[in-house]
Amino acid sequence: MKQKETSVSEMEEMLDKLKAMTGAKDSDFADQIAKIEKLIEVKKTNIYSNLTPWETVQIARHHKRPVLNDYIKLLFTDFIELHGDRRFSDDRALIGGFARIDGQPIMLIGHNKGKNVDENVIRNFGMAKPEGYRKALRLMKMAEKFNVPIVTFIDTPGAYPGLEAEERGQAEAIARNLVEMAQIKVPIISVVTGEGGSGGALGIGVGDSILMLSNSVYSVISPEGCASIIWRDGAMAERAAEALKVTAGSLKELGIIDEIIEEPLGGAHNDYESTIMSVKKAVLKHLKKYKGNSESKLIKKRFAKYSNIGVFNK
Amino acid sequence: MAWFSKSKSKKENKSSDIWIKCPKCENHIFKEDWSNNLNVCPKCNFHSKISAYERIGLILDSGTFEEINISIYPADPLEFVDAKESYKDKVAKTRKKTGLNESIVTGVGKINGIKVVVAVMDFRFMGGSLGSGTGEKILQASNYSYDKKIPFIIFSASGGARMHEGILSLMQMAKTCAGIARLDERKVPFISVLTDPTTGGVSASYAMVGDLNIAEPGALIGFAGRRVIENTIKQKLPDDFQTSEYLLEHGFIDFITNRSEMKNKLYQVLSFYNR
Ligand SMILES: [Zn+2]
Repeated sequence: MKQKETSVSEMEEMLDKLKAMTGAKDSDFADQIAKIEKLIEVKKTNIYSNLTPWETVQIARHHKRPVLNDYIKLLFTDFIELHGDRRFSDDRALIGGFARIDGQPIMLIGHNKGKNVDENVIRNFGMAKPEGYRKALRLMKMAEKFNVPIVTFIDTPGAYPGLEAEERGQAEAIARNLVEMAQIKVPIISVVTGEGGSGGALGIGVGDSILMLSNSVYSVISPEGCASIIWRDGAMAERAAEALKVTAGSLKELGIIDEIIEEPLGGAHNDYESTIMSVKKAVLKHLKKYKGNSESKLIKKRFAKYSNIGVFNK
Repeated sequence: MAWFSKSKSKKENKSSDIWIKCPKCENHIFKEDWSNNLNVCPKCNFHSKISAYERIGLILDSGTFEEINISIYPADPLEFVDAKESYKDKVAKTRKKTGLNESIVTGVGKINGIKVVVAVMDFRFMGGSLGSGTGEKILQASNYSYDKKIPFIIFSASGGARMHEGILSLMQMAKTCAGIARLDERKVPFISVLTDPTTGGVSASYAMVGDLNIAEPGALIGFAGRRVIENTIKQKLPDDFQTSEYLLEHGFIDFITNRSEMKNKLYQVLSFYNR
């Protein structure tokens, strides 16, 4: 994947050089430039419309992919971060607070991946601990009290697998959220923006609508983890990614998610602006969908949605 | 998320026809004594696994159990093929070997005359993993509890989510919890009994959210696998890490009860539940 992308960016670099050399008005070169631009476009389309699941995993994890902080800056306004679970501490890997989208108040909760080592040390690569999930629940309960819809942004390799996390009840914290989210009396829109890593993702993912960016992934276990358990070989991750059916397209087919948000050509990391616009449009559309639903109708619908998930024989 | 120690269950079974070597204290126990003692080591009180129907026999009044949804068995929505075989073949083999259709047995029965809905996991069925069929059976059992206002008890024994069903398996965590969440509104008690092992996605869903969480002694209970944690934090974990006793100490278990006393303990607890 990286090689394919590199060849495109090399071509783009050459094109930029050519443009700089010739100047925009040089008509002799205009044709040539247009041709090269077309070529790049075709190449990008080819790459991005034929991604293998494993390649999609790489894009979902791309270090330049927009993270929560980008959405906070570019999509939402008036973000007021609310800290702490009131029990133990404030998890930097999973954050939340009031925000507005297109003027509408919401409660925004999301995994807080960083883009470089320094950020990720503080944010723990978006891997939350029990206090993160408990903070999320506190904020969801507050949203319910103030009758504000909840929007969750999912982007995590998984819940943090550490000694303290186990000690403080990682399992209980996630489980509690699953129970409580089923009964929350305001709409919940969940958007998988990058990595939907297992229980750590689901812990804030019990939405009335679940949306996925087209190059994001959502899985019960990381392809690497699956490979090492089932094939006893972490190098089989590529095959595991395929077998696990982790892409947005697969999840739509399986009836798990409600909508795929198309990313711009070249992936979200190549064009923040249009990515943000698409996400904004989709979130607004789904928020509108639940407007005017009574509390009991909302909860009944949510219960029916999750009751129907599963494929088995009888 | 889905993980379990395969070597452990192998060890338990690798014995002669007459003797069982306890995987914990390594004493050789006469097989008949072992099973007469409910698969609990008479020397060290190690609670090894028992089948779902054996457990039902220990917990419910004899002749009261009526099974529901017995015919649900796994489909293969992902057409999953692992290193050795397809999920389909694995399921066929497992069904034949265990006589079970899924990793859980559900139904209604009585504990000293008190009516209960039970869901009992069986580790022999693909490590007690949580598949779509498992999730459906739990939801339907909890719906039955909800409709009839009968206490609901789940006995967990599971390595976690079933990878072979991918995301569908993960979503069973939300599905089962949605069912359990409704019980509150009708004040129906939900008791979770955690047995060896209760890990991964099962610990992070229904098993950990009982009104009461009760554990058998020495059970492995936790979210992430020991090896994963050790690789993450680069240090050795204490021996008692993720045991029933460890969870009791950290506040996630109400109490620990021996298998032989479980029925009576459940009865005592249920007698406090007043409709
Ligand atoms: Zn022993």
